[in-house]
Amino acid sequence: MFKDIEIRTSPHLKRAMSVDRIMRTVVLALLPIAAFAVWQFGLSVLLLLLTTTGVAVATEWFFARQSGRGNTVADWSAVISGLLLGLTLPPGFPLWMAAVAAFVAIALGKALFGGLGYNVMNPALVGRAFVQAAFPVAITTWTPAFAPGRFAELIPSTLTLPFMQPIPVADWVAGLHMDGWTGATPLALQKFQHIETPLGDTLTGLIAGSAGETSALLILICGLWLAWQRMLDWRIPASVMAGAVLVATPFWLLDPVLYPSPWFVLCSGGLMLAAWFMASDMVASPVTARGVIVYGLFIGALTVIIRLFGGLPEGVMYAILLGNAIGPLISSWTQPRVYGSK
Amino acid sequence: MQEQTAVLDSSGRFPVEPRSSKGLFSLFQRAPTFDHGIHPLEHKELTADKPIRRLPFAPELIIPLSQHKGKPAIPLVKVGQEVVRGEPIAQADGFVSVPMHAPATGVIRKIGLGPTAEGPKAPAIFLKVYLAAGQQVLYDQEQDPEQMEPEAIIAAVQAAGLVGLGGGAFPSHVKMIPPAGKAIETLVVNGCECEPYLTCDHRIMLEQTESLIRGIRIAMRATGAKRAIIGVEDNKLDAVAHLRARLPQHLPITAEAVQTKYPQGAEKMLIRSLLGLEVPAGHLTSDIGVAVFNVGTLAQMGDLLPKSRGLIERVITVSGLPVERPGNFMVPIGTPVRFLLEQVGVKPNAGGVILGGPMMGMTVASLDVPITKSVSGVVVLEAEDENAARKQVYPCIKCGECLNACPISLNPSMLGELAQARDYVTMSADYHLDQCFECGCCAYVCPSNIPLTQYFRISKAINRKRKQ
Repeated sequence: MFKDIEIRTSPHLKRAMSVDRIMRTVVLALLPIAAFAVWQFGLSVLLLLLTTTGVAVATEWFFARQSGRGNTVADWSAVISGLLLGLTLPPGFPLWMAAVAAFVAIALGKALFGGLGYNVMNPALVGRAFVQAAFPVAITTWTPAFAPGRFAELIPSTLTLPFMQPIPVADWVAGLHMDGWTGATPLALQKFQHIETPLGDTLTGLIAGSAGETSALLILICGLWLAWQRMLDWRIPASVMAGAVLVATPFWLLDPVLYPSPWFVLCSGGLMLAAWFMASDMVASPVTARGVIVYGLFIGALTVIIRLFGGLPEGVMYAILLGNAIGPLISSWTQPRVYGSK
Repeated sequence: MQEQTAVLDSSGRFPVEPRSSKGLFSLFQRAPTFDHGIHPLEHKELTADKPIRRLPFAPELIIPLSQHKGKPAIPLVKVGQEVVRGEPIAQADGFVSVPMHAPATGVIRKIGLGPTAEGPKAPAIFLKVYLAAGQQVLYDQEQDPEQMEPEAIIAAVQAAGLVGLGGGAFPSHVKMIPPAGKAIETLVVNGCECEPYLTCDHRIMLEQTESLIRGIRIAMRATGAKRAIIGVEDNKLDAVAHLRARLPQHLPITAEAVQTKYPQGAEKMLIRSLLGLEVPAGHLTSDIGVAVFNVGTLAQMGDLLPKSRGLIERVITVSGLPVERPGNFMVPIGTPVRFLLEQVGVKPNAGGVILGGPMMGMTVASLDVPITKSVSGVVVLEAEDENAARKQVYPCIKCGECLNACPISLNPSMLGELAQARDYVTMSADYHLDQCFECGCCAYVCPSNIPLTQYFRISKAINRKRKQ
């Protein structure tokens, strides 16, 4: 009747869901955003995304091998980190700097802690924070969207030689004869000149900015799809956005010229991408139901505070890294009430 | 906690109003339920419409002396002695123990170590069944439980050898006595059957309705309960309607649908769903005035007590995708699993055999293991089942799925990490490990395939050993 009787322990049923499937689905959800970025900024962004993803995967492979954890590339988590990192960088970011960022993201942000599941902070943001400090000029050099010939030529700074200063792009941009190009992102325009970009532009993403952060609407759709697939905890992006709106609205009501509108806060900069795809990183966010809401509100509120009162136009990266850092503390404060206990 | 209803109206019937109708949300009101839990594939369609059938006797029955929680029974028979179907063959050893009765007419071949589902061999009575043995039970004596004092009923329940047939195996008569100073107000009758595949309780509610109602009345009389509520998952609304049509109007017995969600049939969950009450940690259900009995137990009670008979057979579901003729069967206690599977036929893709349901049951190491009083089903798994927990284990990614699944709101993610760090003391002291009843929800949902339930089982065992 039986060749071998298998002995197993209960439960004998298992939901058809696994880490590699979750990670693959997140990659899938990021692909439309990546495609939009390439369409918007051209070949440079394609090379940028390939570089960050490739270096992230290679770094993951190397450290997993060195630490005897076997081949962990197959769990697809390094692909997410690489892809997300690339999407947060300026389109013309020198490739060698992007490679450094991807290496730091995985090596310092993930492998050092013991790999997938043990990292305290979002690896992609660790990498980005590193290059933000190391290459302050390159990471704030923006180029216009929909430049003519973007599929035929690269943004000059892309191919900067390693350890060299980035090639200035001002002359190249001037040669494009793009009307109305000021060299600033909507966030900087708002912060320093109090010019608010219309909602339509920040939603559709036909603006300057980091490679994959421009179209709030596209990011929202991809994020909602992922949440609908039950591979993303919708409470995190929802509370990040709620936290941002809660802090931004009073100031805007006080002085709508000086301070940005709540919808501008939501749709500009990296907030949308960060809320849906970075704050929601399962590993680095709290694990309890009430904890994720506290965590999301904290990140949203802190982002706006940094934007309004800090030296930088954007603050979502540091807000998430700080949120990650206090995540375990939030978890321990918000332990669920156990059945039958007070 | 929100509202603590559970107060019945003057007629003694359970309030008709749903437990939590809150304004607009009442539009979406479903049957009451508990927090969290999971929805595994049920596969109940394989056997739900199969009436209970009898099978021939196996040539030899193996009756373990310990089929219940408490002390093993003491044999009353000798090797070579002939016994009649229904005759007592072992007596209870003290109060928390039950006797055994001969499930078939035959001769005692051996009294010694026999196979058990748990693994280690344990003392058992081996009964060689006579070829001409009949199904009828001659060994009985009329009595009327409706006229008996509670103490006499409780003694009769023990004499019948009744234990929790839902899987608990706790002697039923012990549950009928509340702790000193407490009284049992409500009898909760568990007809949830939340384990996938199992349908025996469903069939019992449909086919043994009279016995079940008689059993409920006996249990109410013995416990002094003022009302009884039959809780049935809403995937068996036919059973709810069937019961409601037959429940005596003059008695405070009701049938209520609860949401179909695993582990609805765990008594703590069912009490939460039906009454909105929680059993305080470390306490018994009787501390909040509730006694919970499985429908199968009460149907047997209603059947056996009026004739002073003992428990010699039970209804089980034999199912699973590799089973050729799945069904619900009335099986003599002691029937070897091998005999049962020969009767129903098993396809070559069979891999493992579970006694009980697939969420909490255990796989057997040998097909010679007998069906005991608390086995509610035999489920055959496919070899290398696609759905079985045999996949690559990843580190915990803190997705929080287990926290959303745990019906008692533990933090299995944290507990799993502590188990890996072998910090069993913290698990118990700070993270309520002892509240875990191993329902398996956490391991079921874990995308990292971490065997959390098994971790907790081992951790609890280690803690128990340390305390000794």
